[in-house]
Amino acid sequence: MAERLTSWLDPSWHWLAYAIAGLVHAALLLTLALTAAAVSIWLERKVAARIQDRLGPTRVGGRYGWLQPLADGLKLLGKEDIIPAAADRLLFRAAPYLVYGATFCTYMVLPFASGWVALPLDSAVFLFLAIASLEVLGVILAGYASGSKYSLFGAMREAAQVVSYEIPMALCVVIPVMLAGTLSLSQIAEQQRGWLTNWLVFHNPFVFGAFFIYCACAVAHTNRAPFDLPEAESELVAGFMTEYSGFRWVVFFMAEYAAMFAVSGLGAILFLGGWNGPVPIADLLGLRYDVGPLAGLAGNLLGTVNFIFKCFLGVVCMVWLRWTLPRLRVDQVMTLCLKYFIPLATAMLAGCMLWQYAMKDGMLRSVGIGQREATGADRQDGSRSSSMALPDALSLPDNHRRHPIGRHAPPVRYMAAADVPPYQTASSDALRHVSPYALKCAEIRCFFPGYSARAKESHVLGAKTYNFIPREAYSPRRAGTCRFRWRKTWLHPVRSKITRSSALDL
Amino acid sequence: MDSINWHAVLFFLFAGLACGAGVAVVLCGNIVRMAFALVAALGAVAGLFFLAGADFLGALQLLVYVGGTVVLLVFGVMLTAQRPLFALPCGIGQWVAAVMTSACLLALLLQAALAVHESIGPPQPGQLPASLQPTTTQIGLALLGLRADRLHQPDPVLRKGMSGYLLPLEIASVHLLVVLIGAVFLARTKRHLSSDILQRGQQRSPTLSDNSANTPSHSGNTSSHSASTSPHIGNTRFHSTGEQSNEPVD
Repeated sequence: MAERLTSWLDPSWHWLAYAIAGLVHAALLLTLALTAAAVSIWLERKVAARIQDRLGPTRVGGRYGWLQPLADGLKLLGKEDIIPAAADRLLFRAAPYLVYGATFCTYMVLPFASGWVALPLDSAVFLFLAIASLEVLGVILAGYASGSKYSLFGAMREAAQVVSYEIPMALCVVIPVMLAGTLSLSQIAEQQRGWLTNWLVFHNPFVFGAFFIYCACAVAHTNRAPFDLPEAESELVAGFMTEYSGFRWVVFFMAEYAAMFAVSGLGAILFLGGWNGPVPIADLLGLRYDVGPLAGLAGNLLGTVNFIFKCFLGVVCMVWLRWTLPRLRVDQVMTLCLKYFIPLATAMLAGCMLWQYAMKDGMLRSVGIGQREATGADRQDGSRSSSMALPDALSLPDNHRRHPIGRHAPPVRYMAAADVPPYQTASSDALRHVSPYALKCAEIRCFFPGYSARAKESHVLGAKTYNFIPREAYSPRRAGTCRFRWRKTWLHPVRSKITRSSALDL
Repeated sequence: MDSINWHAVLFFLFAGLACGAGVAVVLCGNIVRMAFALVAALGAVAGLFFLAGADFLGALQLLVYVGGTVVLLVFGVMLTAQRPLFALPCGIGQWVAAVMTSACLLALLLQAALAVHESIGPPQPGQLPASLQPTTTQIGLALLGLRADRLHQPDPVLRKGMSGYLLPLEIASVHLLVVLIGAVFLARTKRHLSSDILQRGQQRSPTLSDNSANTPSHSGNTSSHSASTSPHIGNTRFHSTGEQSNEPVD
């Protein structure tokens, strides 16, 4: 973006171009981070409620209580600003912003679509891990500066846990980096273009195992249950956040959800294909930059939506884990890290190295599923990547050229729309007046399981309205236990003409 | 606005922050504030690395120093925190030694900094690249023994010296392994022999003259029992697993 702005302005105003580009990126990312935090808060309350067999927020903002985070925020903003007497005032005030700053800065390197990344770095993964390790300092600062024993203990446990889990997390992150051959997140996601089979998680069984270890380490990194000793409500009041209330607590809270979103995003890019869906919708529909700028924009928007959907999927899984599993003790947490995750992650790394040495390609592509054809440009808009910095005179031995994945591989392209065989039906001549584009859309739509034309009526959350909710609606399990049956229309008591005397037949 | 050298502005910003935070580390009384001033100083140095275009090195600085070294430093301070540590008193002798050491280091650094040739200067406004040049691959290959940025060196004598940094990498790896093993060894659970078990062993040994062969096994039992049990329980187990004796149990 900065380059485009500088091309419009004369050289004396280039600084303004860079400033505007930086401000736009920062505003977009901040909007995303705050909105993701708000939606995550709502999701947590709803998912937690459903797991606990109740409803969750239903009042604020309409039917499903989607404005509940706003109500929470307003309530917390109105609280009194208390700083304990024993607290170190300057550090107490600065700590939440250090945590949130570190968490928010990790969004800089996440690519949301092809070419849509705030900082297109060659070492993006490394910078993500480096900035994510700065959150620990803010937590320790918060724990110390509160001047309270609970806070200090919580901060120490948190620091030990996060610092310990950085190791298996980094080991798991190294595995897809090794497969892709680059530390750049944009490049890693670009190499997973195409169908589900191109995702790195399905490349070999070691990456598959590493993905789950990464998930567990990500949960530990963000201090979510079952690893939430630092904020254990039943033990340490609230851990290092004990003395924080009001807006400062909001900042910690949002930092936690922003961190959940960010590590989900990193996992999605490294293992689950980033913005590339299981089905390459944007390319089957022809929404690429070489078709036209608007088509490319639409394709990138689809990719962004896909990526954000994957991030929220990760967040929902973390919420699910929190309300399902009991909390681990701190010694169990450290045992898990040091005795189980580190050896497992190292074994996965060694296995992946041996796989790359022994096998030609991923396990699905080796048997012919989801072949990638090797032509075309690197990026969707046709520009080549900037990380091809090796001169051509460099002659590597031949066994390094064997593997099609990696920086030295020829750039890949997945199936273009032109390669798909034309739509063949029994009544194809009846459909010949329909445009191929519409046919392809219909073909894609029919592919999704569960889609029907009447999907709107058969919405899974129900289309009935009640004045007040009967038990069958909110608690299907308990619905059958009550002898009282909810009637759709209430029958009034029968006021018959039969009087007492007539009944007695007097 | 075109006459402002933004590179110089940002450089002075980061360098000023680094130096100011360094001064704050020295002048703060509270050791925790010293640690966080050190965080600011090291973060500013990372900013200088990013400004020079070394993104990998800047990330490495953040990861290793700020996220690792200072965290460990603060851990050490917190876990051993006593009241005197929160306001470190320094005697005048320590101040003298510190000033002398710093003056020597400053002289050395100034001499090295001023000995740089004039041709290697800060980039002029027109020469700045628009985006970060890729350095990660070249660093990785250099660490594996191939200086990829110096491939076209015509002088064969100079080429021999540009063989990369594989040996330092291996040496550093072995050093880190040694440090790791040493740390694990230092942090192992130690077995403490409590004093009254030792006394009982000394009391018992004159009366166990007829079972002199069993005495080493008793002392072995002592050390293995006292590792995880309290002295009282260890005493009872000692009596129960020892041979049947007529000594009074107290």
